[in-house]
Amino acid sequence: MKPKTQNSKLWYSLLWSLGPIVTALLFTALLLLAVGAPPFRPFVEIFRGALESPQKWADVATAWVPLALVGAGMSLTFAGGLWNIGAEGQIILGAIFAAWVARNVMLPQPLLLALIVMAGLLGGALWGLLTGALRVYAHVHEIFAGLGMNFIAMALIIWLIFNPWKPARGATMSGTEPFPVAAWIPRLGDTRMSPLAVILAVIAVLVAYFLLKGTRFGLELRAMGKNTRAAFMQGVPTNNRMLLAFVLCGALAGLAGALQSTAVYHRLIPRISGGMGYTGMLVVILAGFRPELVPAVALFFAVVGVGSPRLEMNMQLDASLGGVLEGAIVLFVLLFAGLRKQLEGRQTRDAS
Amino acid sequence: MDPFIISTLASIVSNAAPIVFAGVGETLTEKAGVTNLSLDGTILLTAMAAFAVALNTGSLVAGFAAAALIGAVIAFIIAFASITLEIEQVAVGFVLTIFAADLSSFLGNPYVSRPGPYVGQHPFPLLNEIPILGPILFNHNLVIYASYVVIFLAWWWMAKTQPGLKMRGVGERPESAFARGVNVSSIRYLYTILGGALVGIAGATYSLVVKLGWSHNHTAGNGWIALAIVIFGGWNPWKVAGGAYLFGLLKSLGSVLQRNPAFVNVPTQIFSTAPFALMILFLALTSSGLTDRFLELFSPATRRRLERLIRGRAPAALGKPFRRD
Repeated sequence: MKPKTQNSKLWYSLLWSLGPIVTALLFTALLLLAVGAPPFRPFVEIFRGALESPQKWADVATAWVPLALVGAGMSLTFAGGLWNIGAEGQIILGAIFAAWVARNVMLPQPLLLALIVMAGLLGGALWGLLTGALRVYAHVHEIFAGLGMNFIAMALIIWLIFNPWKPARGATMSGTEPFPVAAWIPRLGDTRMSPLAVILAVIAVLVAYFLLKGTRFGLELRAMGKNTRAAFMQGVPTNNRMLLAFVLCGALAGLAGALQSTAVYHRLIPRISGGMGYTGMLVVILAGFRPELVPAVALFFAVVGVGSPRLEMNMQLDASLGGVLEGAIVLFVLLFAGLRKQLEGRQTRDAS
Repeated sequence: MDPFIISTLASIVSNAAPIVFAGVGETLTEKAGVTNLSLDGTILLTAMAAFAVALNTGSLVAGFAAAALIGAVIAFIIAFASITLEIEQVAVGFVLTIFAADLSSFLGNPYVSRPGPYVGQHPFPLLNEIPILGPILFNHNLVIYASYVVIFLAWWWMAKTQPGLKMRGVGERPESAFARGVNVSSIRYLYTILGGALVGIAGATYSLVVKLGWSHNHTAGNGWIALAIVIFGGWNPWKVAGGAYLFGLLKSLGSVLQRNPAFVNVPTQIFSTAPFALMILFLALTSSGLTDRFLELFSPATRRRLERLIRGRAPAALGKPFRRD
């Protein structure tokens, strides 16, 4: 049934947008019932845990930064039809480059921080370029090229932390010695949020949006995303554009890594990426690959991420419930979108 | 032969068994034209489920059955999304990878580091008496022997039987298969679900046979290796198994080197991560243009033979939705 009136049209699309979210909540509630937990209280706990105090709002903003950066970067690679699964490694390389600067360079703080930001951009861009080169020149599918680069980055960061950069008291999984204080990106009051990091992430989202919607490069990328061969026939230098998309996405992911190490942890830790490369991909998929929606979706993920640890303290539930909820929402949004397309397609076919 | 070498080779064979199950399962799925990208998450979730079910029921068979069922259900979601709803397979597969991994962490929390049931050794009568090969291949348990049978059965089914031919037709040229009266969608559903069940068995093989019990991210990374091996094994069950054994070799090499005093300063995490990096890079390089140049050094006949050995062509309709109109 195709809705006729304006009013029923509104209800119709409201139903389609709320359907997947309600289904995901119900699925998660059933799961909670199955493990003998109250089915709805955890959702309240998550949101209360994330929003109960200004301190927590600052934590949400802190968690939002890397997701928005990775999301903005991936909206570029996705526009070109590329699955940059290597963001995880690009984050790590950005953190490593930034850590090298923080440990070795003595400069007045503003200059040092500028250099750290640039090192992060460079480290991630380099790792992105290598992934892109494997795809473009060695014809390795970017999913496997990216995975391979992730594994190498993981080995590299562990080697650095356990060998040349190990703390004097002995190497552990808790990371290097803290960086010199000059290399700490300043925080707002006694919160964990760095205004500079938030501003950089906002700029990154705006740049990604502008590149995609307002430049020839964006147009060419989107043409490649629809059909790379056709774009090539039209004169788009597809190899060059692919590499550029990888470099830009890598740079933003690398910046996320630099900020995680110099603004959040003040040291290099083995789990510096925190799975953000993969979560970031969920963010972009849920945003329908549109950079303008990335900030809002990243905010939702940040809220769930900050609120979930409270489940362990207050309800003895594993914090991964937050990830389950996110995954369920993305999965059902995809399925409902596919279902809607099929149903509406069938109606148009029947009508003609 | 040196007993140390024999025991190392035997451990490679058993450690590779889960990758063999998952790789062969994914080969069947992809040969029919569908990519199930969710392997890494599916293996985690099914490893956890197999252990939990076996622990609670006291039945190993129930553990394997639960894992196969869950693997099949996840594969069904992939099939429904990609065949019926025509959603991009990579997107659904990726989301399910993350989703299943988080589910395994959440549901598996009460089972972390708990002792539980496992499959005991059953030397294969008579065959284990064969010198050298006996102790390497036939001194394990029923699950490992089943992994050999699965390789052979998948190859025989695909290469030698009528239904296998039909399945390859669906993956190569669905239009002409359809014209010959083959129901393309239901065959794709069938092999996606069957492949998913094998991936589930791979998960159970980890937690109940080769990497006992459960911990957070117990098997992480192995599913991606299995996916890569399918591609670079050219969708041939024998070569896919070969890739799984090569990966097992790299892992064993890591643990042998780790015990060598010369590497005492290298952190153990390097030895556990390096095989993954090396395997992906090795597979990536064999498919690259560099290998072509290397092959040109050989005579044409040798080159052709080598190419046939390391190159495989993807099923032509892999990942493409099929429409009747």
